[in-house]
Order: sequence, then structure tokens, then C-alpha cells
Amino acid sequence: MTDIITLSASALAEKLRAGELTSVEAVQAHLDRIAAVDDAEHGVHAFLHVNAEEALAVAAEVDAIRAAGGAEAAALHPLAGVPIAVKDLIVTKGQPTTAGSRMLEGWMSPYDATVIEKIRAAKLPILGKTNLDEFAQGSSTEHSAFGNTRNPWDLTRIPGGSGGGSAAAVAAFEAPLALGTDTGGSIRQPGAVTGTVGAKPTYGAVSRYGAIAMASSLDQIGPVARTVLDSALLQELIGGHDPRDSTSLPETVPALADAARQGAAGDLSGVRVGVIKELQGEGYEAGVQARFDESLELLKARGAQIVEVSCPHFQYALAAYYLIMPSEMSSNLAKFDGVRYGNRVLPTDGNVTIERVMGATRAAGFGDEVKRRIILGTYALSAGYYDAYYGSAQKVRTLIQRDFAAAFERADVLISPTAPTVAFELGAKLDDPLAMYLNDVATIPANLAGVPGISVPGGLSDGLPVGIQFLAPAREDARMYRAAAALEAALEEEWGHPLLADAQDLEQAVAAAKEGAK
Amino acid sequence: MSAISREDVAHLAELAHIAMLDAELDRMAGELDAIVDAIASVSQVAGEDVPATSHPIPLTNVFREDVVGATLTQEEALLNAPDAEDGRFKVPAILEED
Amino acid sequence: MSTEATVDFDDALTRYEPALGFEVHVELNTKTKMFSDAPNEFGDEANTNVTPVDLGLPGTLPVVNGKAIEYSIKLGLALNCSIAESCRFARKNYFYPDNPKNFQTSQYDEPIAFDGYLDIELDSGRVIRVEIERAHMEEDAGKLTHLGGATGRIQGASASLVDYNRAGVPLVEIVTKPILGVGADAPELGRKYVAAVRDIVKALDVSDARMERGNVRCDANVSLAPIGAEKLGTRSETKNVNSLRSIERAVRYEIERHAAILDAGGSVVQETRHWHEDTRTTSSGRPKSDADDYRYFPEPDLVPVVTSRERVEEIRATLPELPAARRTRLKADWGFSDEEFRDVVNAGLDEALEATVTAGATPAAARKWWMGEISRLAKDGEVEPTELGILPADVVEVEGLIGEKKINDKIAKQVLQFVAAGEGRPAAIVEARSLAVVSDDGPLLAAIEDAMAGAPDVVEKIKAGKVAAIGALIGPVMKATRGQADAGRVRELVLEKLGVQG
Repeated sequence: MTDIITLSASALAEKLRAGELTSVEAVQAHLDRIAAVDDAEHGVHAFLHVNAEEALAVAAEVDAIRAAGGAEAAALHPLAGVPIAVKDLIVTKGQPTTAGSRMLEGWMSPYDATVIEKIRAAKLPILGKTNLDEFAQGSSTEHSAFGNTRNPWDLTRIPGGSGGGSAAAVAAFEAPLALGTDTGGSIRQPGAVTGTVGAKPTYGAVSRYGAIAMASSLDQIGPVARTVLDSALLQELIGGHDPRDSTSLPETVPALADAARQGAAGDLSGVRVGVIKELQGEGYEAGVQARFDESLELLKARGAQIVEVSCPHFQYALAAYYLIMPSEMSSNLAKFDGVRYGNRVLPTDGNVTIERVMGATRAAGFGDEVKRRIILGTYALSAGYYDAYYGSAQKVRTLIQRDFAAAFERADVLISPTAPTVAFELGAKLDDPLAMYLNDVATIPANLAGVPGISVPGGLSDGLPVGIQFLAPAREDARMYRAAAALEAALEEEWGHPLLADAQDLEQAVAAAKEGAK
Repeated sequence: MSAISREDVAHLAELAHIAMLDAELDRMAGELDAIVDAIASVSQVAGEDVPATSHPIPLTNVFREDVVGATLTQEEALLNAPDAEDGRFKVPAILEED
Repeated sequence: MSTEATVDFDDALTRYEPALGFEVHVELNTKTKMFSDAPNEFGDEANTNVTPVDLGLPGTLPVVNGKAIEYSIKLGLALNCSIAESCRFARKNYFYPDNPKNFQTSQYDEPIAFDGYLDIELDSGRVIRVEIERAHMEEDAGKLTHLGGATGRIQGASASLVDYNRAGVPLVEIVTKPILGVGADAPELGRKYVAAVRDIVKALDVSDARMERGNVRCDANVSLAPIGAEKLGTRSETKNVNSLRSIERAVRYEIERHAAILDAGGSVVQETRHWHEDTRTTSSGRPKSDADDYRYFPEPDLVPVVTSRERVEEIRATLPELPAARRTRLKADWGFSDEEFRDVVNAGLDEALEATVTAGATPAAARKWWMGEISRLAKDGEVEPTELGILPADVVEVEGLIGEKKINDKIAKQVLQFVAAGEGRPAAIVEARSLAVVSDDGPLLAAIEDAMAGAPDVVEKIKAGKVAAIGALIGPVMKATRGQADAGRVRELVLEKLGVQG
């Protein structure tokens, strides 16, 4: 592994600014790494599409501007020239956006998502599009139509989902930064099981325009990185009001990077950290619980006051989520019918009417999990069932918001393990959808309430990463960045190095896997 | 006691315009039954007086000015069209009774 | 195509009582669409007035057009509705190729305006209050054209083409409460109600209001119940009724058709029907499979619309004079009888009269010319009176020329014909064609003497005091002067000559 790829985004940005490295060198180093470890059959397979030519062109452009010096160079964004990977749910001109689905295989969007416009304006080279559970439905990336992504810590295990590709890419040092989307934990949970940082901003803090919609009232685009500071820098870049998204918050982006730096400096006196009673203990692996308890001790040592809070309605969060999410999603995915775009499939028997073409197109284009959720959502919204299902779930949502509000009276930030288990084996939960859904039990409440959440590496259990989640009140993302950075600093001080330094030699592991398959 | 029957699933699949084979309908009915059982408790949790939340962060009156913006060209619009003719998207016969 | 049985309208009404309901869709004439900033234009090349939002591309989001909100509130107020303090949009989920997202963003249980009414005056003078349940905002669908079938119709078509230029255009849907107790006036009420809505949106300038372009569309619901029954009958909904005349005919036809079914002891099928202008009948349409279950839920991509009472008053203050108020004012100003005024309104000439009076004519004169000669010319030419090319100013000019005794009534009619023929304005025409009444008494007297010489018995009658007999002399004088004699002057001269008091 060359040193370039282990640099954090901010460290890399510093070297680019100082002229110690060129962006082309940086991009090339990452492209080489992708070639070495991202094999689809046996490697990480984080990427569905690698965007080498355009990425190098953007890098060259940045290098030229820097070399020329002057006002234009001075005006470059701090992250200019730092490569980034993008979850294949976010539309990009010039390279395909598949949503991990056969329905959109090869689809070329004629427009860029707002966050992509911002990234292009800041001149971050886009390395490519990363793998995901189809249409963001899943917690393991096993529901991608284009094959699994494997956890860099152990290639026989899941990288989390739905954004397993982005988290794995960053954990595998294939990219220092990535974009993900989080509807029920799809950024945070992969972050937890891959030992990386993943954040879900306050609902509305980042524009959803250009993120293929799953559940409109729950989705948010967010940063994936290896450090809390990197995550904060990226969220600052992509956040802000967007007139094209009616749910976009009107405020400007708060000073998140500053909050992260403040947190890293260490002192948390006066900060009340609330432990959510319902999100720990039973159902959580012993190793996960142990790392969590240790983190609390570290926070205490830094001056934080640990309090216990109870959110009694969180026990219904999963149920409410699995009513609201499929309902909205069933409506959002209705547009995929083979009329205007997508892979139209004709029925092989009987007359070819548009009704039947739609039926055949959607039958062929969607995988089982997507179909399951569409049917569930259609059911929850249907006449006679609305009040009992969708309507009731929206009420439970109110109760969950109230639980949060009460908790935030007594604590400044809340804390829990991000996920109840470490990465499980590929295939282990595929036959049991309900078991799969339980992966999100700790992350879902934040989406329902719209509050921000972040997962930071909390250590290892049986050699596999454990994530620690911080939650803050809506619009108080800075608070969670501060607390998360403080924990990160404390832990890295304990370990002497970042958690990912303990990960296996990936090139060797991939080579071995290929060998073993022969 | 089955919460969601095969007939239900068949009807829903029709509403959702997803063609499904018999075997699929059977399997899905079983899977969904378990899921629906698990989430049915939701209807008992909140009382009459609890209002529904459809938007997590309350905003109101988000409007835009009545000013024309950029449009796609016809070519861009039809770029990914599975079938097109005369500048329009082409679809097979729409079934209507006589 | 099967012909369905019908019962004569008047006969049907001896046994049945119709109930009506109308859903009128109004296309707003904002510059951009309801939820995207694509142009709201007609007639452009297919799929050129679309943004990614209008095509329902993955990842796109709607943003509400603030002008459309204002227009909708205006329309609600003009319909005497209450305006919602807070309302939301909702998704109406159904699959159809003209529906880019396969859901329509509309309003469900929270319309922006509700509980209004319109008072409709019929030809007979009867006034019916049509209660309006709600007016809500929604977006229009794209346009389908069908290939391979008969005359471009959907039946038998092998393929269809979709143009999304009109997808997303702002619509306001106005829904009436059931209209009861109208009896034989049902067809007329239908026509007049929709005409009233059209006139309002035109006065407000929130819509181009051209029915032939689909700016105002009507779905007519009709049901029959036996006279005296408590429950309403099963209704049918007739779509594709594109003109005021069609509405009247469609309501009439459906009453006749329902009556035939009920007379035969059958039940009316609750369904959507299509109106066919060529055969003046309706036919059964295929009910959409999703029709019974649209799975409405609040639109998560849009936030609530909150309208303060101050804002409502702000908008109310911008309302122009509405047609009903205007008609009340004009009727009072003009002093016509109820019937006279109604005739003017029914002929669609109230605007023309108003313009003519503003230009300087008396109401009576304006009415005389527009309802008289101009209407006659229009009928002959098979056009609308306002389409002849005769301007209100022309009527004023003609009246002026008559007042100056330059021309008489008969000549005036000729002049108007020439104006309609495009020859220019009245005074110029009179000049060019030498139509002026003979003003010189000399030739008049000569003609009068000739006339008197030719009718000595008439002269005797006049001398005897039967002044009315002068009429018999006027004819020959007119003939002799090619109509260019002023009848009044002729009369004066005759009386003078004969030394008789008039």
C-alpha cells in the first residue's frame, strides 16, 4: 500500500495545497488500489463503475490551476483535487446510475444531482459509482443486482447496507471520501461494520435533488469517510439550501469542521451524553456492548456527564419504519415502468399491451426485496388499511419525536451502539427478511424523527469493527460532530493509531481469495 | 391466522403493476404474512389524540417564482426512451374496451 | 357500435328526477407549470417544454409555483369559497403512460378552497344555486396520440405516442355538491354552470378559458331517481365533453339513457362514459383497474401551504369585478327589462354593449344595433356578432350620423353591412358611396311634389287631418331619392307644404 491512499482527505488536501503531491498522482494511486483489490468475483467489489478518464481530467485541471497560482488557485475549494466515490443511487451525468438494479442498468442521467454539482464545482475528481442494495433496500448490499460487495476486514462478510459499496471503498483505501444515502441507517450501519465514519445529516440539511428517492420523508445524502473531520468537511461542502428541494432547510450550513476540531481537542466538560436505555443490552452482541461501555468510560474521562434516558416508543420504531418506508417507496418506484427510460421488457405470451409491458418490465427489473417492499407498501396504503397501517405509523413517528425531545431536555447528545452485531457472513440472513431488518433497530429512530446521527469506529469485537452512534437534536449536527470527534480522539489515543490500521492486508487477502477459488 | 393472503398479494401485485408467477405469489404471501404480523402492533400504540407526522422537520410555504427555467432538448428527453417516434415516447397498445 | 336505448327527455321527466354533479378542470395560465419551471405553452414541438421533473426522471423533486397558489385562491374566492388556513398536497397513485411519475400530485382531504356556491340564472329567469364542495390544485397529465386505430381513437390502436409538454400544467379542479331539484332544466343548468365558471376564470385572467383548447374541461355526473324517492340513483360520469353545447347534450342524453334502463327494470352501471360529438351519444369506457384505490397519502416532497387571513384579504382586494356583479350593475345602469337584459346576456353581447355604451352610445341604441341588424348579419354569415368586424365605435359613429340626419335607419343598416364587408369605418363609407341622406330640400321637394301628384287621395286624407297617411308618400319619395331621404324631414316638408299641423 502506498502512503498516499492511507492519507485522510484533509491530510491529502494539505499535501496537494503544499505542492507535495499532485491530484493526478493521488487519483492514479487510488485507481491503482481499485485495480488491485476491487475484483468483482473475489475482491471488495465496491465499485460498479470506475470513472478513470474523467477523474484524471479533473485532477489535471486542478493541478494546472494550482501550478498557475494567483487568484484562481487561491479560490480553489480546500478539498479540490481530493478524489471521491459516489453511491450509485445519486445521479451523475457522464457515467451510469443504476441504483444497483437491472431496471436502470446502463441508464445515463441527463442531469446531475445538486450534491454532484457542488462536488464538480469544488473540483473533486469522481472515482466512480459504488455498489448498494437495489434501490437502497437492504442492510447488507446482498440485494444488489450486480453482485456482492465484501467487507475489507473479512471478505466472507457483509459490508453493511444499503451503502456497503461506499463504506467498503473508504475502508479499503480505494477512496478517502464517499457519498452515501441514509434512510434507515444505510450510511451509519455500513460505517459501523467496516470501521469507518458515516453520518446522516439533519433531514433537509443536504439536498435530495438527484438522489433516487426511496422514502422521501426519511432519505438524506450524507458523508462517508475515515475520520470525523473528513466527514464534517464533506458535509459542509454538500450541505445547504437548495431551491429545487422543497424539504431543504433554509439555513446555511453550520461550522461542522470547527466543531469536529473542537471535539478533537478533547474537553467535553459540560456536555451531557444520554445513553438510550432501549438501544442496548438485550439483542446486542456482547462484544458490541463491551466496546460501547468502554466508549462511555472514555467520554466520562474527558469530562462528559453520562446520563441515562428512556425513549419508550423506540420499541415500535422498526414497525413504524417498515410501514412508512415501503409505503413511500412503493409510490416512488412506480415511475419505473419502461415507458420513458429503463429496461423495457415485453411479455413473452399473450398480447403486448402497455399494462402488460409495465408488469413484465417491473417483474424483470426489480429484485425480490424491492418487490416485497412494494407489495407491503401498496398494502399499507390501500383503502381500508391506511388508518391501521400508514396512518398509525405516522402517529408513532410523532411519539418517537416526542421521546427525542424529552431525551434532549436531559442530554445534549445521545449515544448508542450503531448496530446490534458486527458484520455477519454473506448469505447468513438472506432467507430471513425480518432478521435482516433488525440490523437497523438503532439507526431507524433518527430517520423517523429527522435528527442527525453519526457512527464512529468504537473498536473491534472478535476482530471485526463495532460502531458507536451519536445523535443530536435537529439542526444541531455540530454537536454530534464535536462529541464524535472527541470519542475518536480518545480512542485513537488508546490504540495509538486509527482502527483501520489493524485491518488485514487486503491485496494479499484478495489474491488469496482468487487463488482459493481456482 | 394469516394477515395477508395469496389473493391479497395477487391483487396488490396487480395494483403495483408487477407481473408475478403463482410460485412467487405463494412465497411472497408467506414472507409478508410474517412481516405484517410483526408490524401490526403499530395500530395499537398511538391514541386518537396523537397527530400524524408526515414531515419530520416542519416547513411551510416553500414556493418558487413563476419564471421559466432551463428545459431539456427533445433529444435529451428521449435519450433513454426504450422506444420513440416523431419526437414522442412510444408505447404499445393501451387496453380499452370497445 | 351498439346503440343504447333512450327514452324521450320530457317523457323521462314525468317519472324521474335527475341529480347532477360537475367536475370542472381549469388550466391556469401561469407562465410555468405547477411543480416545475418548464414553460406552460401550447402548440410547441413535442417534448420540448419538459424538465427532468416533468419526465419523472429518477431523483427529481417538485417545487410549488407560487403564482398558481395565488390564482387558485383567487378562483376560490370568486366561487364564494372559504380558503384553507393550512392545506397539503397528496399523491394520487395510478399507472398510466401519460402520468410521468405514475402518481398525480393533487390534493385529497385538504383542498385549498371549499364550501362555495354560484348562482346560475337560466333563460327562464329561474335562479339555481349550485353549491361547490371544493376547488383543489393538481397537475395535468401528458398527451397521448394513438396510432393504427380508427380515426386516432384509442380502440384498436396498435401503439400510442406520448408528449409530456402539457404534463405538469397547473389545474384547479372544481367539484360541485350534488345538484338536486332541477328537473327539466338539467341540461341548460349544466351548460350555464360551466359557462359561468369559464366567464369567471376569464374575468380573473387566471386561465385562457378556451374550451376548444381544453383550458376548461367538464366531467358531468348524472343520476336519476323516481320522483319522490329519498335515495339518489346510481350515477354515470361522462368525460370528454369539450364544449358548452356538448355538456347540455350529454346531460340530456344520459337522462334519456338512464330512464330507458330504469324503465326496463334494470340498474344503471356506475361507470365512466365518453361523449361522442359526432353521434351525440355516450359510450362505456373501461374503468381503470386502480380506479377504486388511489392509495392517497400526503405528498412527502412538498410542505403545507399556509394562508393567513391577511393574505386572503390581500388577494381578495385584487379581484376584478366578477361577471355576476357586473351583470347586476349593467342591468341597473341600462334600465332594460329583465327579459331584455337576459336576451342580451344569452346572446353573449353584454360585453359588446358595455363597450359601445362606454364609447358613447345610449344603452338602448347599443342594444338596438347589436341585437338587431348586427345579429342578423352574423346569423346570415354563420359567425358570432362580435366576429363580424363591426366595432363598438362603429355603432357610436352610426348613431352619430343618424343624429346628424346624415343618414337614416335604412341607410345605417346598409352601412353596417359594408363595415362587416371590410370597407372601412361608417363615415368614410357614407362618403365613398355617396350614401348621405339628401339634405338639400330642393330635390326633396321635387320628389315630394311628384309623390303628391301621383297620390291625390292621400293628399286629401292628410289635409283632412289624417297625418298618419303621410307614410304612403314617404315610400315613393324614398324610391325617388334611392333611400337617401330623411323620413323625418320629408314629413316636415309635406306638412309645411300642406299647411297642416303634425
